[in-house]
Amino acid sequence: MSTMTDTNPTDVPQSILKSPKHWRNRIAGHHWRTGDEEFDAAKLGMWLFLTTEVLLFAGIFCGYAVFRMMYPEAWANGSHYLDWRFGAANTAVLLLSSWTAANAVRCAQLDKQFWLRVNIIITIACAALFIFIKLKFEYMVKLGEGKAPGTFFSYPYAQDPHEPLWWSLYYIGTGIHAAHVIIGAALFGVVLYYAKRYQAYGPTQYTLVENAALYWHLVDLVWIFLFPLLYLIH
Amino acid sequence: MSTLDAHAGHHEEGSYLSGPPGIMAKVWQWATTVDHKKIGVMYLFAVLFMFFVGGMAALLVRYELIDPMREVLVQTVDANGDIIETTATQGENLKDLFEGLGMHEDLTGTQIYNRAFTLHGAVMVFMFIVPSIPASLGNFFLPVMLGAKDVAFPRLNLLSWYIYLFGSTFGILSILMGGVDTGWTFYTPYSTTTDADHWRVVLMVTAAFILGFSSILTGLNFVVTVHKLRAPGMGWFDMPLFIWAVYATSIIQVLATPVIGITLLLLIFERIMNIGIFDPAMGGDPVLYQHFFWFYSHPVVYVMILPAMGIISELLAVHARKHIFGYRAIAFSSLGIAGVSFLVWGHHIFTAMGELAAVLFSGLTFLVAIPTAIKVFNWIATLYKGSIVLNTPMCYGLMFLFTFSIGGLTGLPLATLATDLHLHDSYFVVAHFHYVMMGGTVIAFLGGIHHWWPKMFGKMYNEPGALIGMALVFIGFNVTFFTQFFLGTQGMPRRYANYVDEFQTLHQISTYGSWILGLGMFVHLAVFIHSLVAGEKAPANPWGGLTLEWECESPPIEHNFHHEPIVKHGPYDFETTVPPHWDPKDYPIHPDAGKATH
Repeated sequence: MSTMTDTNPTDVPQSILKSPKHWRNRIAGHHWRTGDEEFDAAKLGMWLFLTTEVLLFAGIFCGYAVFRMMYPEAWANGSHYLDWRFGAANTAVLLLSSWTAANAVRCAQLDKQFWLRVNIIITIACAALFIFIKLKFEYMVKLGEGKAPGTFFSYPYAQDPHEPLWWSLYYIGTGIHAAHVIIGAALFGVVLYYAKRYQAYGPTQYTLVENAALYWHLVDLVWIFLFPLLYLIH
Repeated sequence: MSTLDAHAGHHEEGSYLSGPPGIMAKVWQWATTVDHKKIGVMYLFAVLFMFFVGGMAALLVRYELIDPMREVLVQTVDANGDIIETTATQGENLKDLFEGLGMHEDLTGTQIYNRAFTLHGAVMVFMFIVPSIPASLGNFFLPVMLGAKDVAFPRLNLLSWYIYLFGSTFGILSILMGGVDTGWTFYTPYSTTTDADHWRVVLMVTAAFILGFSSILTGLNFVVTVHKLRAPGMGWFDMPLFIWAVYATSIIQVLATPVIGITLLLLIFERIMNIGIFDPAMGGDPVLYQHFFWFYSHPVVYVMILPAMGIISELLAVHARKHIFGYRAIAFSSLGIAGVSFLVWGHHIFTAMGELAAVLFSGLTFLVAIPTAIKVFNWIATLYKGSIVLNTPMCYGLMFLFTFSIGGLTGLPLATLATDLHLHDSYFVVAHFHYVMMGGTVIAFLGGIHHWWPKMFGKMYNEPGALIGMALVFIGFNVTFFTQFFLGTQGMPRRYANYVDEFQTLHQISTYGSWILGLGMFVHLAVFIHSLVAGEKAPANPWGGLTLEWECESPPIEHNFHHEPIVKHGPYDFETTVPPHWDPKDYPIHPDAGKATH
């Protein structure tokens, strides 16, 4: 764990100076020899967990590929129904939030408590904006036109009988992704609470910030694949 | 604890089983514990309970099959002395049984049978055998054998346990509401359209979905523990082979389970919202479900068997007091099996794919036989010239070699396309996988429980009683399932409640066998209860094992070891090492032990 304590360490308010949750006072779990080992283990665990997330989404991508091969017409029509500008806007929002998530880790390493909180707040705000764009300009509009999954499909101008399947895949893929966005934002909410209340993250103790950021980058990465597959390829 | 002791670093720690006084305090302590040993013990009792539930369902299935259902002519004499002929159905044993209990009166005999075998399959697979060895014995012994105080993420471990309970609750709820009849594989379109109550299917699928998370988190925890918490001096090739096996298992759990997660999620959406992915009427593909399902469910077969193989490596080496033959070959074959496991799912759906794909999957399936056979040959070579002690764990080890080899070898005709045409979906398949799952995993699990029972609970079990149970299990198991190979080759299809008269004798023998098997299990249960109530106190190392769990006390203290262990000998160096806590009056050890210089 690299530590840099030379740049503008934050003053610690007297009220939390002795708190066991403050980063200077945190100790490793009883079964670890050092905090570094615990940090490495937590990070390895997170990477393994991200592997499972990739495999979870792999099922959706696999279904997408299979049905794209079976019904190329329906899939080409499907992407025409989506407005790439909303997808691109959301891509930009997520990329920005990934940058602020990475910044949050760096701020924790440098003990810049104020900027740590600012970066986390921007990340959470981006998550909210993403969900807002998704719901307001995409889900609501599409569902209003009858472009719903499976048997709920009632769009009168469909050109291919298999378009309901496209919408099923669209809603499941983006829906499960959106659920991950919400979970990631909630995770950052927890980080923000501890950062604000206890200054719990600093140069020697930033495991949760790092893992939340790793998770957030994966959420971003999944969208990087969903966006072209759903919006751009015809 | 006196102040002096605390300063000297000699903590007088009690066993992990000793808790605070008061029943509520004890319950609270166990419910909130992050101690891997307590969690392992809770898992042990939970999976054994599930084994009991699934086993009861199995006995119901066999009870139905003891005779075929027949329309028979019944002659009765009425008041006038005339003979009246009516027809009646005989042999609907489950229907008669449940009618006697006042249950399921609206269902036909075959419907009850379908629910019974689905209940058996779903409970045994998702709630018993997948978590069985890793979550119970693995949780308890993986950290101890590594010389660690706990798993890498103790709180995550507790979370896995609660997720397991939560998921099982859904499954039990579904069963209590009447159960499902889809088969444990939940094949579409049956699982999406069957007229069984909507919510029962959804609940059962949700149960499997939730249980998957428990499995993933346990696997993840174990992988990190093995990487990061080995004791000083323990390199990768100084680890006991049980650890290697659980490590390989955990990798499969982490990599395969997410796929069943998304599959079951899609299935739930399909059932509730008709999204059409698996519905041919809307252009969906039911075979896609089968591919997704087996992409998880074939690797998970090795989640079931690999830890069993790990146990066998321990049992045979310790109870033959012999250095394991081919340590690295056994270790790498575990990883080899884990690798190949991801490439063979297609052999469950040969008829649903093209010829080329079928040939490829057939060839890849044969590859599994190689690492498996490597293990079996190494185990037999381990026994050669060993000082074999025929106690219960060893007998289960030997039984495993016998039954698992039959199970493995009968897999080959099923992997061969030409013979599989005749054998697929027959009782041959049923017999094959029961010889692997029960003859492999359950037998090794039982052996492992006996092997580690003194360590877990600090009490010895009654050896003659356990041997009687073992013998009954061996006889009962083989009588039950060996007959089914013949039934299968003669053409008896699986999952049928009824059959032609020619099959009755073999079916009857099989059912009698299931009763012997059940009796054997109850003998074991009695022995375990007797041991807990009145067992002799166990020594720290009753078998002369060299792995680190035998350096702990029986039962281990809260933090496992009084001092962090330093590993100075291999896990199987019986020829050169005096076992920890060895007392010469207990058992003989190798005459050269202790003479070698380190």
